[in-house]
Amino acid sequence: MVKKNNMPINYYIFLSIALFSIGIVGVLTRRNAIIIFMCIELMLNAVNLLLVAFSKMHHLRLAETNAVAGADGQLFVFFIMVVAAAEVSVGLAIIVMMYRNIHSVDVNFLNRLKH
Amino acid sequence: MQNALQIVYLIPLLPLIGFLINGIGRNHLSKPVISLVGCGTIFASFVLSIWVFMQVKGGNTYDAHYFNFISVGKLVIPFAFKIDQLSSLFLLIITGVGFLIHVYSTSYMHEEKTEHFGRYFSYLNLFVFSMLLLVMGANFVILFIGWEGVGLCSYLLIGYWFKNTTYNKAASKAFIMNRIGDLAFLIAIFWLIAKLGTVSFSEVFSAANLAKLKALDITVITILLFVGATGKSAQIPLYTWLPDAMAGPTPVSALIHAATMVTAGIYMIARSNVLYSLTPLTMDIVAYTGLATALLAATIALKQNDIKKVLAYSTVSQLGFMFLALGTGAYVAAVFHVMTHAFFKALLFLGSGSVIHAMSGEQDIRNMGGLSKKLKITFITFLIGCIAIAGIPPFSGFFSKDAILLSAYIKSPVLYSIALFTALLTAFYMFRLLFITFTGSFRGTEEQKHHLHESPASMTIPLIVLAVLSIIGGFVGIPEAIMHGGDKLTAFLSPVIAQHGEHAVSHSTEYMLMGLSTALVVIMIIAAWFVFRNYQAKEATGLGKVLENKWYVDELYDAAIVKPLKRIGTFFNSVFEKSVVDGLVNGVGKAVNYSSRQLRLLQSGQVGSYVLLMVLSMVVFFIIQFFIRK
Repeated sequence: MVKKNNMPINYYIFLSIALFSIGIVGVLTRRNAIIIFMCIELMLNAVNLLLVAFSKMHHLRLAETNAVAGADGQLFVFFIMVVAAAEVSVGLAIIVMMYRNIHSVDVNFLNRLKH
Repeated sequence: MQNALQIVYLIPLLPLIGFLINGIGRNHLSKPVISLVGCGTIFASFVLSIWVFMQVKGGNTYDAHYFNFISVGKLVIPFAFKIDQLSSLFLLIITGVGFLIHVYSTSYMHEEKTEHFGRYFSYLNLFVFSMLLLVMGANFVILFIGWEGVGLCSYLLIGYWFKNTTYNKAASKAFIMNRIGDLAFLIAIFWLIAKLGTVSFSEVFSAANLAKLKALDITVITILLFVGATGKSAQIPLYTWLPDAMAGPTPVSALIHAATMVTAGIYMIARSNVLYSLTPLTMDIVAYTGLATALLAATIALKQNDIKKVLAYSTVSQLGFMFLALGTGAYVAAVFHVMTHAFFKALLFLGSGSVIHAMSGEQDIRNMGGLSKKLKITFITFLIGCIAIAGIPPFSGFFSKDAILLSAYIKSPVLYSIALFTALLTAFYMFRLLFITFTGSFRGTEEQKHHLHESPASMTIPLIVLAVLSIIGGFVGIPEAIMHGGDKLTAFLSPVIAQHGEHAVSHSTEYMLMGLSTALVVIMIIAAWFVFRNYQAKEATGLGKVLENKWYVDELYDAAIVKPLKRIGTFFNSVFEKSVVDGLVNGVGKAVNYSSRQLRLLQSGQVGSYVLLMVLSMVVFFIIQFFIRK
């Protein structure tokens, strides 16, 4: 029997919270659209990390009774990855168009959309 | 075996068909066709009513159940008719007098345009239909449908000449006054439903159900029913509509506002006699209200100068007599007086219609006089009507009035003396009317004098028939004192109206009372002859002026109810409506406007601020989720 890695779940949670908070603060404070984009990715990946960690935890605890315990957590990670990829492709395209039109990637200029 | 009476539904159905034909076809049918339909349907109903009466007289009664009119939960109100002694008697009065008045109307209304002629007859047929529904209904709800129906027809016919504003106002007045009473009636019906869960006469009056009711319930229900009756039957305090109702055509006054509709209240109370007999308090209220109305209306009638107004106040007064009879427990006497009153008051009204017809629309008796020479038949029949209402034996009014006076005497001599005084006033004002109108010299214009003529046969024949009925109508209720077994009416109605105890007075007392009232009435008539045989109009003064102005009751109502109501209305219109209602409505609008203007500021277009708000609100939600909501 393989020795189980018993790193406590708390470490994963703290790391995720740190990453997520950095992401939020970045989104709130930065004006460069590309940096904001990166911060969003950071938040998504913080969530991914958490999902994987919980998935592992559940698997370790319930593997004897349920061979696929915690598999849904892994599944969601893939979904999020796919959505994030799609979002990046659309978002980057928008940023490119924005740069072409106003020669800037400052999000504060985006309020012109209302006119 | 099927009951022979099962075709009774035809009696109200025929006038309804007549109403539909005349109402829909009023623009297309000619006057003779309209008259034929109008009179024919009533005549058929009359013939059926006679047949029904004969059946009932032979001991055959019938409860017809057609369908469930209302069925909610445990409450089932069937559409059902009840044919018994009381309703069959009323059927005869309604269709019989109604038919005569229809015939009379064909001449009286002949100068109307054809479509108005059709409208008139359709209303009249609808009225007869509603009235038949009222008396045939086997429960309070069906009675109430008829009750409202006759109220509606009364409104339509008072306002028949709808181009005249005064007439329209009179119609509205009648309608509104009736509504006040109807509300009380409706509450009484609801009260019965709440307490017993049924409105059917036979069930409500059954001993088992009566035992369920507390004394207080019975008192309240009977008082509410009585308030309903005061509206329809023109008693204090709701009587003022009836004199104004004379705005309608004269045959309408005869049919609706004298012979039939106004007696609906008496019918209803006579029908509910089982309930009323249980509450001495309500009986006293009914008796004193009736007596007060009789006296008040009789005093007003002394000084009226409009021929129809005199008769209208006389009607109010006679209705008061009937309520006095009901209140003293003499239900049969009340029904008896309804019957004789229907004959002689219809006669008097039709007679006055004949006079008005001859005078080309003139109604003021100060401009008449000496008409007996030109209008012989009208004069003689009118005289018979006056004798009947005054109560001289052997005319019909004597017997019914005597029965009422006797029951008042049994109750208390004070009631009797006031009632007798009122009866004397009745004789006096009726003969005042007769003498001023028909004797002395003519006081109208030359043109009117030249135009004077007796009415055509279709008007005089109903007069003659009614005159005959006014003479002999009383013989169905000859008091025991005069002829043993003469009181056929009491015997006939005994299954519906139970008799309580025997006569409390000896025959000799009865003779004395009859003799007294007859002698005094004759004296009053002679007095009227000396005062009014050569009448000259002069300005009334003092008490006469008060009487001429009807005790200023209309003015009193105007000042005490109408004006304050209008003032409240004006107040609510100008203050409450403007500040509170408008304020509320505008306030809601302003609040929405203001808040949206403030909220709009949030929508700055700054992506950063949106995200900040989003994050902040999420944090708030988390705080609520984890720390506050446990």
